[in-house]
Amino acid sequence: MVAITFVLVAMLVHLLVTSSSLQWGVVGHYFFSSDVLSGLIRTLYLTAIAMLVGIVGGTILALMRISKSLVLSMAASSYIWLFRGTPLLVQLLFWFNIASFVPRLSLGIPFGPSFVSASTNSLITILAAAVLGLGLNEAAYMAEIVRAGIVSVDPGQGEAALALGMPKRLIFRRIVLPQAMRVIIPPTGNQTIGMLKGTSLVSVISLPELLYSVQLIYARNFETIPLLVVASLWYLIVTTILSIGQHFVEKYFGRGRTRTEVPSVLSRLFRTHRETQLTGSTDHYA
Amino acid sequence: MVGEGPLPTIGQPILRVENVSKSFGATSVLRDINFDVKYGEVVCLIGPSGSGKSTMLRCINYLEKPEGGCVYLDGELIGRKVENGRYVDLKPNELAAQRTEMGMVFQNFNLFAHMTAIENIMEAPVQLKRETRAEAETHARQLLERVGLTQKADCYPLQLSGGQQQRIAIARALAMRPKLMLFDEPTSALDPEIVGEVLEVMRLLANDGMTMVVVTHEMSFARDVGDRVIFMDGGVIVETGTSKEVLMAPQHARTKQFLARIT
Repeated sequence: MVAITFVLVAMLVHLLVTSSSLQWGVVGHYFFSSDVLSGLIRTLYLTAIAMLVGIVGGTILALMRISKSLVLSMAASSYIWLFRGTPLLVQLLFWFNIASFVPRLSLGIPFGPSFVSASTNSLITILAAAVLGLGLNEAAYMAEIVRAGIVSVDPGQGEAALALGMPKRLIFRRIVLPQAMRVIIPPTGNQTIGMLKGTSLVSVISLPELLYSVQLIYARNFETIPLLVVASLWYLIVTTILSIGQHFVEKYFGRGRTRTEVPSVLSRLFRTHRETQLTGSTDHYA
Repeated sequence: MVGEGPLPTIGQPILRVENVSKSFGATSVLRDINFDVKYGEVVCLIGPSGSGKSTMLRCINYLEKPEGGCVYLDGELIGRKVENGRYVDLKPNELAAQRTEMGMVFQNFNLFAHMTAIENIMEAPVQLKRETRAEAETHARQLLERVGLTQKADCYPLQLSGGQQQRIAIARALAMRPKLMLFDEPTSALDPEIVGEVLEVMRLLANDGMTMVVVTHEMSFARDVGDRVIFMDGGVIVETGTSKEVLMAPQHARTKQFLARIT
């Protein structure tokens, strides 16, 4: 098994190094080019804004789903059903073409007079369509993740806070949510990494994020494979950074969950130093 | 209500439970319960499981809403108010404000798992009484000393034994300077050998004059610390009297039977 793995890896490395279509010189040339970098920046802020919409929207949807009001919980369930049940690509195309469905958007009294009105095309730009498409879809998935987190918190925690005289909102913010985070963070990390790569879908509505930026370049010079490698390497780098970040966020929200003291971020980096210090006091917690 | 009337004196009722009834679906859990608790008094609710004593305790701070009857703390109706001659439920925030006057200790401690011992104690005063962190911390350290756990201020609940957690939970309830403390089987989840340390803290609290309503199976505590015992069975009060009367010389056959089995 080890031998087979070794041979396969060796073949892959050989291919990567010697392949004529994979020219590392071209990869290096475009890796920091301004078009690729601005595409990368767009990918990053699209990921950030869409995840923000997803997390805020998902939290609201989760609260609606677990609320006692049948109307609210049905509305949230229907939303999740609709946005999880249709492909993200279709949703993006839908937002991109929304103007042909709703030509004008206006702000006013529903079914009554409107105060301001504008053409949909001027409001729903390509960027807005991308954010709406990615963010609203994400909210449907985040709703289930947040709900699972909230449900995982022992009801006794809320009861104790209630008995202390804390109002419901405060209990949610100070007691329930911080503990739910322990369950919410790991899948949210997955979702963020998924979103980073999912932003490449908006290339179909010609928003020049990372993938579309390299596509524009290889459409001119036909260096398809090297440029796809450029994009892939950037996706890998950002994913790696996100994974490291997730590790530390998980540590933070996992506090109080181990019987031994959780060392701080800094002390983890200087682990050897810390361990020599701790040996004297470990029996304190045993 | 506070500060309006004459100063409370020992012997005046602080808690009044009037005709309280409660049912879960078709099962009636409490039927027409009446009792008073005076300032500084320690009243123990005893009885077999399912007798309704925990539900009764939870009706006092409205964690369970009674269907009938009234609960008064210091003359103030809990959970409802009279508007245009009829009872109306209080708004959630008004009820929350009333609850700050009563401390509660649970069977399973329910310490906030993501906060250290001292953070648990400081949370409600800082969030609800608008105490500064420094004030709250000074008070919290005094309370930690009172329950004998100054060393454990920065430990998370999971790093503490059951007995230590329950003592922190008592300190957390005391941090709001309640008029009344409710204990819901505070030692039932503990190993027999650490029950004593929690009962000791409760005994000190009683000696300091705290008014306490305690649901318990610890008959020695009821006898030594309790002023009065209420024996409940089947959702009604079967017998009530001073601890010595009820525990040493029970009048009712059902009380005798229960006490014979438990001791």
